[in-house]
Amino acid sequence: MSVAVDRDATFLAGIRLIAKEVASAHADDVDRRARFPEETLTALREQRALSAYIPPELGGGGVSFEAIAEACLELGRRCGASAMVFAMHQIQIVTLVRHLGDSPWFEAYLRSVAGEQRLVASVTSEVGTGGDMGRSIAAVTPGAEGGCTFEKQAPTVSYGEHADDLLTTLRRSPDAEPGDQVLALTRREQLTLEQTGTWDPLGMRGTCSPGFVVRAEFMPEQVLPTPFATVSVESMVPVSHILWSHLWLGIATDAFDRARAFVRAAAKQKPGEPPPTAQRLSHLMSELSLLRAEVDSALRAFLEASREPGRERLSTVAAALRFNNLKIAASEQAPRVCQGAMGVCGIVGFKNDTPFSVGRHLRDTMSASLMVANERIHHTNASLLLIAKDV
Amino acid sequence: MIEDIRSIISDHARLPVDVGTLAIDADLYQAGMTSHASVNVMLALEDRFDIEFPDRMLKRSVFESIASIAEALRELQVSAAA
Repeated sequence: MSVAVDRDATFLAGIRLIAKEVASAHADDVDRRARFPEETLTALREQRALSAYIPPELGGGGVSFEAIAEACLELGRRCGASAMVFAMHQIQIVTLVRHLGDSPWFEAYLRSVAGEQRLVASVTSEVGTGGDMGRSIAAVTPGAEGGCTFEKQAPTVSYGEHADDLLTTLRRSPDAEPGDQVLALTRREQLTLEQTGTWDPLGMRGTCSPGFVVRAEFMPEQVLPTPFATVSVESMVPVSHILWSHLWLGIATDAFDRARAFVRAAAKQKPGEPPPTAQRLSHLMSELSLLRAEVDSALRAFLEASREPGRERLSTVAAALRFNNLKIAASEQAPRVCQGAMGVCGIVGFKNDTPFSVGRHLRDTMSASLMVANERIHHTNASLLLIAKDV
Repeated sequence: MIEDIRSIISDHARLPVDVGTLAIDADLYQAGMTSHASVNVMLALEDRFDIEFPDRMLKRSVFESIASIAEALRELQVSAAA
């Protein structure tokens, strides 16, 4: 136990240093130029953070899921885009670790992630499915010499151009139903990516997520043995919502910290009575506390359910509602906190070049309700609520 | 009971295949049942057999085949005559 605790502490100390020294220093430039946070990724690779969650017997760092979530929060406090790239990579890694079964190919693959610090991106959305991740059009298609191919039109692939490998949802075979999906892991040298759009968004600009037509040639053993439907409910969906929420909480926490620094500076100028903005800061703290409580309780619920044999509880309707609600609540609350911070700081918060600037924070968190659109999640919940008994 | 389940699946699962041709252990999700359609199947089963599936049973593995649904109903003590 103490070895595991030490591992987590060492890992998080390294992450905090990277966040403070590297991610923070380049955050504004990454945002302004909508460029990939190369420096952060180099630092994360040097610290072997890309394989932090992989078990030691496969060459990884063996840190806990809580530590990965905390790392997303810490990076989020300094650079939202760096945190999002880190989080999305970890979502793929956590998913693979939890579902590789006894596949020798995937074991060897995770060893190569650890050895070479490979960055994994995902291709889950698809043109023509209306944003429903539970359906695919592209399929694992038999190719030459026992191999397979696919071609997928992806409206967005986060850091697609910068990833070493891609984890892609596909129909199991050309004659499979849209919901009969699997995950295929394909390496850079097996892929061709044809960019189909530009990337000049409002926030999360450093994630560099334009659309691509993705084509791949690969071997059948690169398809994860567990069906995507199982992987999705037991891992990919809850893990995504938990890690995303942690980084949104990180961004909102930094916006709050900036507002607090602003109020303190004002208080020092006129000692004796608290400035009027102090009252607004107190209101803002309540909002931030609600966000923190929701994020934390969802993490606890996930850890508890994951410890149960077979992870049965994660596949229930009640669990789907729980983690969907986390996504909705956190994605709405984070920009609310950032906007509140701007209200406290006033014009110096609105300007992009002051110590109290929170424009980037606000813009970055505004992406939260769009990545897996909240209305789509409400649509799912509306249906699940008809049958759930105790939510 | 099996015939009642088949009839509910036929009415609510929106499968692209004839439910009569499905084996009782065939995977309904692989056959094209969406999550949304599965909720309608659950509601119809509760209505037809006058039962309530507890939260612990509301999961994919319970509704993935005619056989698994029948097993869940038996666990809830729905008799064949129901």
